[in-house]
Amino acid sequence: MKKPKKLLAIALALGGVLLVVKAQEHDFSVIITKGERPAIAVPDLRGDAQAQNFMGAFNSTLWSDLDGAGIFKMAPKTLYPTTVPQLPTDFRTPPPVDNTPPARGRKKQPPPPQSGGGLWMADWSGPPPQATYLVMGYTAAQNGLFVLRGWLMDLRRDTPANAQVLGKTYIEPLDEAGAQKGAHEFAADILALFGAKSLFGSHIYFVRKQGQNQEIWVMDADGRNQKQVTHYNSLSIEPAVSPDGSKIAFVSYVHGNPGIFVFSVDPVRDLRFYNQRGASVTETPSFTPDGKQIIFASSSGTGHCCRIYLANLDGSNMRPISSSSAIEVEPKVNPKTGAEIAFVSGRSGPQQIYRMNMDGADVDRLSDGTGEASNPAWHPDGQTLAFAWTRGFATGAFNIFLMDVATRHPTQLTHGEGRNENPSWAPDGKHIAFMSTRSGRSQIWSMLADGTQVQQLTTQGSNLSPVWGK
Amino acid sequence: MFSKRKISIICLAVSMLWLADGCKKKVPAAPPAQPPAPIVTPPPPPPPAAPVIAQFTAEPSSIQRGESSVLRWEVTGTVSSISINQGVGTVQATGNSRVSPTNSATYTLTATGPGGTQTASTTVSVVTPPPPPPPPPPPPQATMEQRLSSDVQDAFFDYDKSDIRSDARDALTRDAGALKAILSDFPTAVIMLEGHCDERGSAEYNLGLGDRRATSAKEFLQSLGVPGDRLHTISYGKERPQCTEQNETCYQKNRRVHFSPGQ
Repeated sequence: MKKPKKLLAIALALGGVLLVVKAQEHDFSVIITKGERPAIAVPDLRGDAQAQNFMGAFNSTLWSDLDGAGIFKMAPKTLYPTTVPQLPTDFRTPPPVDNTPPARGRKKQPPPPQSGGGLWMADWSGPPPQATYLVMGYTAAQNGLFVLRGWLMDLRRDTPANAQVLGKTYIEPLDEAGAQKGAHEFAADILALFGAKSLFGSHIYFVRKQGQNQEIWVMDADGRNQKQVTHYNSLSIEPAVSPDGSKIAFVSYVHGNPGIFVFSVDPVRDLRFYNQRGASVTETPSFTPDGKQIIFASSSGTGHCCRIYLANLDGSNMRPISSSSAIEVEPKVNPKTGAEIAFVSGRSGPQQIYRMNMDGADVDRLSDGTGEASNPAWHPDGQTLAFAWTRGFATGAFNIFLMDVATRHPTQLTHGEGRNENPSWAPDGKHIAFMSTRSGRSQIWSMLADGTQVQQLTTQGSNLSPVWGK
Repeated sequence: MFSKRKISIICLAVSMLWLADGCKKKVPAAPPAQPPAPIVTPPPPPPPAAPVIAQFTAEPSSIQRGESSVLRWEVTGTVSSISINQGVGTVQATGNSRVSPTNSATYTLTATGPGGTQTASTTVSVVTPPPPPPPPPPPPQATMEQRLSSDVQDAFFDYDKSDIRSDARDALTRDAGALKAILSDFPTAVIMLEGHCDERGSAEYNLGLGDRRATSAKEFLQSLGVPGDRLHTISYGKERPQCTEQNETCYQKNRRVHFSPGQ
């Protein structure tokens, strides 16, 4: 098999281009490709009579998945040639350039055509689109199914046959959701060639305020398919999702004092986490990287909120980790090493981000003590934290920051557009969901980890505390 | 043709002859045994009509004790006497009489004449006046919620602090007496100490801070003799603000421990 080898080589080459970084400095361009993003042309694909009904949804999904991945420069559709090839064999070879001067006395030849109107690869790689890659394909309804033929062409290659880096058939239900699914899968395959993960299939859990109550909700990465998970008619807050995406933990007041709940998500079922009786507050649960334990904060034992505790998923074998007399909440175990905990503590005054070992030793403050810091969220690489910080702003005016844990060097991603809190990394390690009040009420937004491509995901009511899971 | 007159003359003549013949003395034949002469008793004279009581009413038919009702009557026909019982006595054939029975009474009018006696009755119901409305119930005991809101003050805190500052110390000292009284009036109740925060800190941290405020207030009240086992703490962090403006006046209102009835 020739093709897989070729694809691998391409992927490696691209990966090399994309991920060239000064590794020693742990530049955040590891997370987000700056500058040299390859240009990609994504013309609207067309379908046959029946499939065409769903192509609006298909094309917008394909575009937003590729655009949202943050690894491409999207060539604007207005710059595309008029004719769009639908399959590689539609391409024509330009006539060879004739440099011989016209013979004297003979009738002047008509000038050779300057473009193929879209049917030459050069029509796409040259100006105006100046794309390096072209997405092409078509769809048709066959036997009641939505069938997509999709290709990705590398326009730097010499011939259409050589340019084909992805060619695949996708079969989906013949409806709008099926067309969107096909677009998500096609986009995911394209992104995979560039070492990027599609967010298709990932979920964002969040809290929606409903009058005096708050409930846990879930939605797709693009804000679609919002569904209510809890129906306690109480305060249900602080969702967390297990590493494999199969469980959530959250805090609810439904039994009186705030306590932890652990649910499976498909089907939604209470897995019964036993909170210590008499603890006035037990909160901020999160899963350990192996998904087998819950780490959280509780007033259990001391009668004062809160120490950091570890327990099994059912609440058994509960044991304290931190021993400070300060308020300590939001423990998050490093997902890469499983050996350290980032958390929030008031032990030096205003709330700040700290780290410690799993046994509570070697406590270090990560934020510099200015302002107030909260909501630590580990990047999947285990080297970077996203968090909310008021540094440089008024008390309560949180913004999203990144911090390289090794150097403690912070990078600010939001800049006072309302309050910005609760950052949560997408599984691709490139996107961050967060809460912002920039549009008025608190809503869930997403952005790339360089602060660009900010997208609003919720509009109904008031929403907060997003947590992004598989 | 005979005239009518002639016919009647002839008839008269014939009948006179027949009568004259009857008067002739003749020896009659032995008569058959005479049937007994029927005994004729004279029919009794028509009896005199009995009196008719055309009307006998009491208006109104229901009175309260002390009020009166008017009896009205009208008797026709030949009467020799008309009387009404219950002390009204003999009356004329038509008339009315005001009566004030103290208890329900049935009045009977008796009309007697040569034709007989007729009676009619009417009843005057005496209803006793309704009893006076019962005295208003004693004012209901104030609910615990009312007592807490009228007798007990919130304790307020500094930003990001849970220690009891001097104004909170004064408030809680006053509260201690009221809380003891309320707890003794509601011997099975518990009182919730709700810890609240302003909106500025993170929600997660504030849940802890609210818990500490509630615990501080509880410990202070316990030191003043309020039974700690009947004071329960709960933190609402910044989830249940009583004020939502973004200024210090409002923030201060939200940095508090508030008292509410326990579950």
